Amino acid sequence: MYDVIIVGAGVSGCAIARELSRHDCSVCVVERDEDVCCGTSKANSAIVHAGFDAEPGSLMAQLNVEGNRLMYEWARELDVRCDQCGSLVVCVSEDDREGLEVLRRRGEANGVPDLRIIEREELLGMEPNISDEAVAALWAPTGGIVDPFGLTVAMAENAAANGVEFRFCAPVSDVRRADGCWQVVAGGQALQTRAVVNAAGVYSDDIHSLFVGALGDADVAPAACGHVVPTDGFSIIPRKGEYYLLDTTAGQHVRHTIFMLPTKMGKGVLVSPTVHGNLIVGPTATDVEDKESTDTTAEGLAEVATKSALTVKNVPLREVITTFAGLRAHQSAHDFVIGEVAGDTGLFDCAAIESPGLTSSPAIGRMLADMVAGYVGAPEKAEWDGTRTGIPSVSDLSFDEWDALCQRDPAFGNVICRCRRISEAQIVDAIHRVPGARSLDAIKRRTFATAGRCQGGFCTPKIMEILERELGMSPQEVTKRGPGSELVVGYNKDRIAAPAGDAEGGEA
Amino acid sequence: MAKTIERRDVVIVGGGPAGLAAAISAHEAGQTDILVLERDTQLGGILNQCIHNGFGLHTFKEELTGPEYAARYIERAAELGIEYRLGTMVIDISPERLVTAVSSADGITQVEAGAIVLAMGCRERPRGALATPGYRPAGVYSAGTAQRLVNIEGQMPGREVVILGSGDIGLIMARRMTLEGAHVACVAEIMPYSGGLKRNIVQCLDDFGIPLLLSHTVTRVEGRDRVEAVWIAEVDERMQPIAGTEVRYPCDTLMLSVGLLPENELSRDAGVQISPVTRGPVVDQSLQTSVRGVFACGNVLHVHDLVDYVSEEAAAAGANAARFVAQAQAETEADRGIPVVAEGGVRYTVPSFVSPQLMDDRLTVRFRVANVYRDHFVSVYLDDERIQHRKKRVMAPGEMESVVLRRADLLAREGLQRITVKLEEE
Repeated sequence: MYDVIIVGAGVSGCAIARELSRHDCSVCVVERDEDVCCGTSKANSAIVHAGFDAEPGSLMAQLNVEGNRLMYEWARELDVRCDQCGSLVVCVSEDDREGLEVLRRRGEANGVPDLRIIEREELLGMEPNISDEAVAALWAPTGGIVDPFGLTVAMAENAAANGVEFRFCAPVSDVRRADGCWQVVAGGQALQTRAVVNAAGVYSDDIHSLFVGALGDADVAPAACGHVVPTDGFSIIPRKGEYYLLDTTAGQHVRHTIFMLPTKMGKGVLVSPTVHGNLIVGPTATDVEDKESTDTTAEGLAEVATKSALTVKNVPLREVITTFAGLRAHQSAHDFVIGEVAGDTGLFDCAAIESPGLTSSPAIGRMLADMVAGYVGAPEKAEWDGTRTGIPSVSDLSFDEWDALCQRDPAFGNVICRCRRISEAQIVDAIHRVPGARSLDAIKRRTFATAGRCQGGFCTPKIMEILERELGMSPQEVTKRGPGSELVVGYNKDRIAAPAGDAEGGEA
Repeated sequence: MAKTIERRDVVIVGGGPAGLAAAISAHEAGQTDILVLERDTQLGGILNQCIHNGFGLHTFKEELTGPEYAARYIERAAELGIEYRLGTMVIDISPERLVTAVSSADGITQVEAGAIVLAMGCRERPRGALATPGYRPAGVYSAGTAQRLVNIEGQMPGREVVILGSGDIGLIMARRMTLEGAHVACVAEIMPYSGGLKRNIVQCLDDFGIPLLLSHTVTRVEGRDRVEAVWIAEVDERMQPIAGTEVRYPCDTLMLSVGLLPENELSRDAGVQISPVTRGPVVDQSLQTSVRGVFACGNVLHVHDLVDYVSEEAAAAGANAARFVAQAQAETEADRGIPVVAEGGVRYTVPSFVSPQLMDDRLTVRFRVANVYRDHFVSVYLDDERIQHRKKRVMAPGEMESVVLRRADLLAREGLQRITVKLEEE
């Protein structure tokens, strides 16, 4: 019997797990995929939003601004790449100037500090590649960028170090309510828990319905005040966002996150450096039906290419190293759905976490952990270590520091991913951490190996070998991202029938 | 880092075909203090996974496999006692020719080089660089990655294969996958001609009945976890897919052979000027880059079609590097010489500068053409005077071409401003 089961190991689920690990309770995170950070959390803009977008008074506004402040703290505690580079909302038409004022006032109402409207000259000094059409911009120095994979992994590792259990390849398939407890079947295992947190991303509406369907009449009470979610639920509309990721050769094209002030012609796309030194351009926003449709489209990519030029000149799209699409968990009311489902249910929703969900995650983690710990009556632990040390990144070190690591472990001297300069020691470290990497993409999220300009062309076979060696896998068991994504299917000539004379046990 | 900095006359970055030929040639030119730095666990570079034959026809007048071709150079280097370090990756080259490398055995080490030969080779253009729409499942491989899995590891990347791009590695892999028991449905090529050698189209596709779909491309990749199908459409003259021509090919593997890119990140760090056309260093008649004492050869300089030409070019680079060391930097600051200009269907030339005073009696200038040309002339102009005019029955982008410049011709013209290589219809 667990005190808490968290459904979903995305950035929200892992933030909640980390914050719950402060408390004296048993927590298990169940995840349908093979690793943390496999859904919306891995395919987004990787932006730390300042908080001027959300409607004042909304949960989104409150958690964004609080999350922004916490993000830079957590990044230090958890050794996550994060850079408060600041963001600019660029106005490209004199007619739309008033829009900047509206944003500034909204941001101030939300409690965003140091917002300022800057004129073209100052803007040009900050961003030499800004569009010739740009007339002014809203400058938000608290905006920034973060490594969404690194953040999610770090929170999960810190949670695990403080006693949280993780179960992967464990989709929730059945739920029952008995004696004030939940029985949850996840990945074929029957688990019992007192409380459940639904952090299932684009599937959070389905998970909500599954649990609510198992509630008896006695459990349900009318919605009271405070953060209470009605039982009748909500509907998540997957909203697809498509992106270009450009090589590090383009990473300096802008220095801050550049948004476009929406105009009569519509919304633009953002152009931003990433913490890994790349340039990210996107996203589109297209509502789709299929919650698995993370495929890019010719139309979507063309739209990103066209719109990027509205704010930034000469975006070097020919430097593209990959394109990708993510699905935001959108719901029509456009606010986060956070709270206990009405009544004495022990069911907590953390749903509709769309942008600025990544930024808000530390605040979301705190908010839900407080609610859930209160429900299960778990006091704070006397001792809790909220720090975590990341995998050393040799490409960030001086030659002396790198050399010192090589003396400690020669595997730091064996460069596996040549484009991003990732050593064997880093990959081995990623595999043996808890929760550890078991696939090529899991290693990519933790080390950035295969994420360079050759996109794994040279290092894929080498990483496969390391996974085989460290985890005792056969080559056919190594996957790109879990079961069904095997990288090789057999051995040479294994389907070619041997000539009759060679057949074993054949007639003489 | 309390390590001493070594001093070596010639440091060669890369122990593939280019690096080996350069090392041997530098040695034969009289510089014996040579160090080859190779990141892999053995010498030979990409040749080690090229187990098909057809290498060495020009150099050795016989057909060798890739490993056999490499072995000839590895053995020769061993005879000469040329020193090399394996598992050693160069991570920085300074304009002052300080080479920094890392290895498991020695950690970070630094070598001050009298001359440097860049021979790092090239990499494959990945799927991401094409921005092909669709999912990003397992089963999308660049042809060279698949080649390593099959030829070195003995592992099958898939059973039902579609190949995008008709570069030589893709053509070779079409045959290899067939021989290993897979079915290759087709090779799609966006251009109206193949980017590979004619002989590979005949021997790797035609002989196995594998269709080559010219002016076709992959428009979508299906399959969330593993490739389930790709969609192939015909393209118009602007290379845009033509509506209504899409055909779905069920498959578990998409292999890409869509171009090779010289790997010049280190060169850039050293301040070497890079050509936007070749993506390799801009070099003069001695294959010296814009940084004094730094030479380049092989696929890091420009992508070659035949390894024989790599060896030939690398031998020149090695000898020139040796000569540079011998002259003990007596030369004055290099004036870059007379520009060699590529025009009318010639995409680029290597070298792109020539100093007649400093060149050998004969200098091979290599180039590639931009399209398929039939019955065209390759012409060389010294300023406005045409001095060479040679008819070629067919020239294609997949095959490297060359002209030879004679020192005497160049010296005979006083005040020569430019040398032009171009294609002409008559």
